[in-house]
Amino acid sequence: MTPVIELDGLSVRFGARDILKDLRASMSGRTIGLLGPNGAGKSTLINTLLGFHRPSKGTARVLGHDIQRETMQIRRLTGYMPESDSFIAQMTAVKFVQMMAELSGLPSEAALERAHEALFYVGLGEARYRKLGTYSLGMKQLAKLAQAVAHGPKLLILDEPTNGLDPPARQRMIRLVREMRDSGELHILICSHLLRDVEETCEEVLILKEGQKVHYSNLEEERRANRRFVELETFGGENGLAQAVEDLGCECALTGAHRMKMVVPESFAIRDLYRLAAERNVQIRRLNFRRDSLEDIFLKAMEGANGRP
Amino acid sequence: MAVRKRSYRGYSGDLTPMWSRFLIVTRYAFKTVFSSKFLTAFFVCCFFYPLGCAVAIYLNQNLRVLALLNIPAMFDVDGRFFFHFLNVQLVLAFVITALVGPGLVSSDLANNALPLYLCRPFSHAHYVFGKMMVLVTLLSLITWIPGLILFLIQASLAGVGWLTANLWMAGAIFLSSGVQILVLCLLSLALSAWIKRKLAAGAALLGVFFFGAGLGQAINASLSTRSGSLLNIGELMASVEITLFRVYSETPVPSDMAWLALLTVCVFCLLLLERKVRAYEVVKG
Repeated sequence: MTPVIELDGLSVRFGARDILKDLRASMSGRTIGLLGPNGAGKSTLINTLLGFHRPSKGTARVLGHDIQRETMQIRRLTGYMPESDSFIAQMTAVKFVQMMAELSGLPSEAALERAHEALFYVGLGEARYRKLGTYSLGMKQLAKLAQAVAHGPKLLILDEPTNGLDPPARQRMIRLVREMRDSGELHILICSHLLRDVEETCEEVLILKEGQKVHYSNLEEERRANRRFVELETFGGENGLAQAVEDLGCECALTGAHRMKMVVPESFAIRDLYRLAAERNVQIRRLNFRRDSLEDIFLKAMEGANGRP
Repeated sequence: MAVRKRSYRGYSGDLTPMWSRFLIVTRYAFKTVFSSKFLTAFFVCCFFYPLGCAVAIYLNQNLRVLALLNIPAMFDVDGRFFFHFLNVQLVLAFVITALVGPGLVSSDLANNALPLYLCRPFSHAHYVFGKMMVLVTLLSLITWIPGLILFLIQASLAGVGWLTANLWMAGAIFLSSGVQILVLCLLSLALSAWIKRKLAAGAALLGVFFFGAGLGQAINASLSTRSGSLLNIGELMASVEITLFRVYSETPVPSDMAWLALLTVCVFCLLLLERKVRAYEVVKG
């Protein structure tokens, strides 16, 4: 299968500043998250993939097309939702989306039909004849999404799609992204600094810091490989309990008076813990069960990058 | 993506040819231009003078009218006639440029819409050409197109002899209008892209013409030279027009210098457009 995005030693330089440094990765997931702190080079990477910036070294391929030689083919296959406010204030939403679809190559009638459909799809059906200048921030975000999907792209690039949205609007945006992902008709690249958005929608994640790749992983595999932790606060007989859970294959450490921390295997069921405690007459006063989240992965990647020479 | 089902669906229909996509920008810009009643009314008024000229040419060739007035001809339809005709129309063309041109690019830049245009299979040359076509069409409709129609009316009334003897005038009408339309379009688009505010860009366009003329005169007067006229775009365009219509022996600026200066203005405007019409401005440092 052709990778969705292939980075082949991609470097971008503005004046004397290196913005992206020798990026190498091959991403084929249905939804790919692009993470990194502010100024990491996420938006520059997207702009370079779209042909807005020229690489100073290396190259990249989007859906098998080289970003330097086949820019127009890439742009034909992609839909882009920029981070900042981008619209034409005096236009109605339907005319705006129709024009954008026409610029992507759709004939006028087909563009109008799909503009209506896209606006209904994102939930702006009732407001489609209103001028964009009168829209709220959340509605503008949805209008930007509508123009990005109206021409039926194979790759949808979303740059900070939930920026400035209130919780219900954010949920709506995440639901739309998931729906599109599950339709199986297109790939999605989401650039965000909000880990929760990426965690809820993405299969793969590329983490950048200061223009360099610090981590790339398949989130599903990462989740499976991640260890599960249980933190316990007990009353009475914790030494016996620790021994019993170790016999079941857990790593266990007493972290203080009546406190213990365990690393539990996949096969371990929490109810076994309650059973062992009941058998030993130990009260479980508090139980905290968690596994490595994207936040842990992100923080580990950042720490790793900090330690790098 | 059916409206009822509201689920995502790709597009597999026909696509329009890429070369024709600049016309989409032109079409939408026309809708915006003609949404202004004032501009529409002014544009209609621009046809009154050509219409009057057409009637005058007809009457000038009408023997019954000439006999009634007892004169051999009311006026000569020659280079001077078309020179004056174009001068009137070019003043109107300048007003239309000042009203329409500044809003063409600035509104997209102010709304940060360029990334949306340029992330599609649509280059910035397409964008500039599409926007330019709005002005080129409007200005052509009131300058060289009516000019050539008047020329053809006169030729049809005066006969083949007049046509063959004056064919150069058709070339002069087209070339003179073409040069001036090109300069006006590029200047207004470049200022619109550079300043990003419609009103300020309109004021800057007036400033380029009137401040440039004033400064040129001041330089000419204080240094006893004619080089100051190189700053006066109006005089540069007039010099080219005078040469093409062969109406006066002297021009405000030597013809070759005027051509060169106008070419420089056009190149400068294109460079400015190349720099400003981008999806994102890169701040180097």
